[in-house]
Amino acid sequence: MTRHVIAPVDSFAHREIRHIEVDGKGICLLRLNDEFFALADRCPHGGARLSGGRISNTVESDGPGDYRVCRQEEMLKCPWHGWEYDVRTGQSWSDPKSTRTRSFAAETINGAELVKGPYIAETISVEVEGSYVVVDLP
Amino acid sequence: MNKQIRETDAAAQLKIIDCDIHPAQKSREAFFPYLEKRWVEHFKSFGTSIRQGLVGQLAYPRMTANGMRVDARPDDGTPAGSSLEMLQSQHLDPLNVEIGNLITLGGSGMEERNPDLAAAMARAANDWQVAEWLEPEPRLRGGIVVSQDVPEAAVAEIERRAGDKRFVQVVMSSRPNETIGARKYWPIYRAAAEANLPICLHPVGYSAGKPSTGTGWPSFYFQEHYTFVPGAQALVSNLIIEGVLEAVPNLKVAIIEGGFSWAPALGWRMDNHFDTFHKEVPHLKQKPSEYMKQHFWWATQPMEEPPNGRYVEDVINWIGWDRILYSSDYPHWDFDDPNFVFRFPLKPEQREAVYGGNARTLYGYK
Repeated sequence: MTRHVIAPVDSFAHREIRHIEVDGKGICLLRLNDEFFALADRCPHGGARLSGGRISNTVESDGPGDYRVCRQEEMLKCPWHGWEYDVRTGQSWSDPKSTRTRSFAAETINGAELVKGPYIAETISVEVEGSYVVVDLP
Repeated sequence: MNKQIRETDAAAQLKIIDCDIHPAQKSREAFFPYLEKRWVEHFKSFGTSIRQGLVGQLAYPRMTANGMRVDARPDDGTPAGSSLEMLQSQHLDPLNVEIGNLITLGGSGMEERNPDLAAAMARAANDWQVAEWLEPEPRLRGGIVVSQDVPEAAVAEIERRAGDKRFVQVVMSSRPNETIGARKYWPIYRAAAEANLPICLHPVGYSAGKPSTGTGWPSFYFQEHYTFVPGAQALVSNLIIEGVLEAVPNLKVAIIEGGFSWAPALGWRMDNHFDTFHKEVPHLKQKPSEYMKQHFWWATQPMEEPPNGRYVEDVINWIGWDRILYSSDYPHWDFDDPNFVFRFPLKPEQREAVYGGNARTLYGYK
């Protein structure tokens, strides 16, 4: 497991989605409130970059005229054919048994913790007083 | 879900010929520089013929805005497909597209009811393609849009462009006012064949005011999306049975976005009745499936996704690997990426044929 420092937390807005390249892998990194999520940035259905998609919800229904908006802002909708993935697990909403995009651990850590290492910060410098989003890749 | 076969490495080395790319106008005024003053004034005063209640909208709400890829909208708010730079950076460059065929749909005059306006719009659409797409980007090829229901204007437009290597086919509405094989349209087919240009038949989003099924309008976009299949079946069987392919024996037809997996079954079914029904159609000199094999080419998108990807291999074996054309449908939402489109490994010769060789043969690309 290698810890990669991606960016200062303050550089991400709520609901922002970014494509990032980490260790040769395309990662879709998104922020929802104070949480960060990292998924492999390739839709397992048709190959789109999920980072070009939109944050969405699920809608559940027990019958005509009855519906509930659920899992608000916890799904990521592919920009092409509209397949939806759970941002927490990468699991497909349409085909949960056999389709998922890989998810990676993403979290925020303050610079003071981070400078102890070990980590890889490829493009940014880490400052003790800052807060950073990090992704762990196997 | 069936697992896709990642062919990234092989496809990355392979140059792609994409047989379905849709350029869009930046705005309703985009054709004005290519229209005579009287038609610009007509546009401003009256607009085009109204085919449905919601002017400027598609008849069915798409699952994505206007049926476009969410990631294909330019940052400046102009429509998806209207930016050459974005087409280059998002599609042509990363997918190694050597040649891309433009199919101009909306606002191109095919579905316009005012005959003179239809002809003017088609001509403008073709001049617009040259000036804004074909001249600046030599990887792109145009399709001569014609106003098929004004056949004399359509023929004149084909003759005007014939010999211009930037145009590689003739694009007409797949929902013309009469059935596609009607004799009214034969002069268009003769002119296309004379110019050695295939006819391109692609579904039209506005339906030309006609219901997409024989029993009227479906209730849901879910079905509307699949009406492309029976629509294309009607085109193929009508061109064959009306006798177009006997009258114009060197006509080539590209069925784009109409599917292909149904083609073998349609051929079998028509052949089944050929012996018993033949006296009704003595102008047919061979079995319908023979006309299909000789005159038709089939684009891949939207690719079938059966539970076992290899079923598609069987279907293409029946059709012939020399007749399948890769198409992406960029920038529409149901875009097919060449690296993911086949759910089974292609043999090298199959890959070469589908991603380029067959289009080279059909369109005369070197």
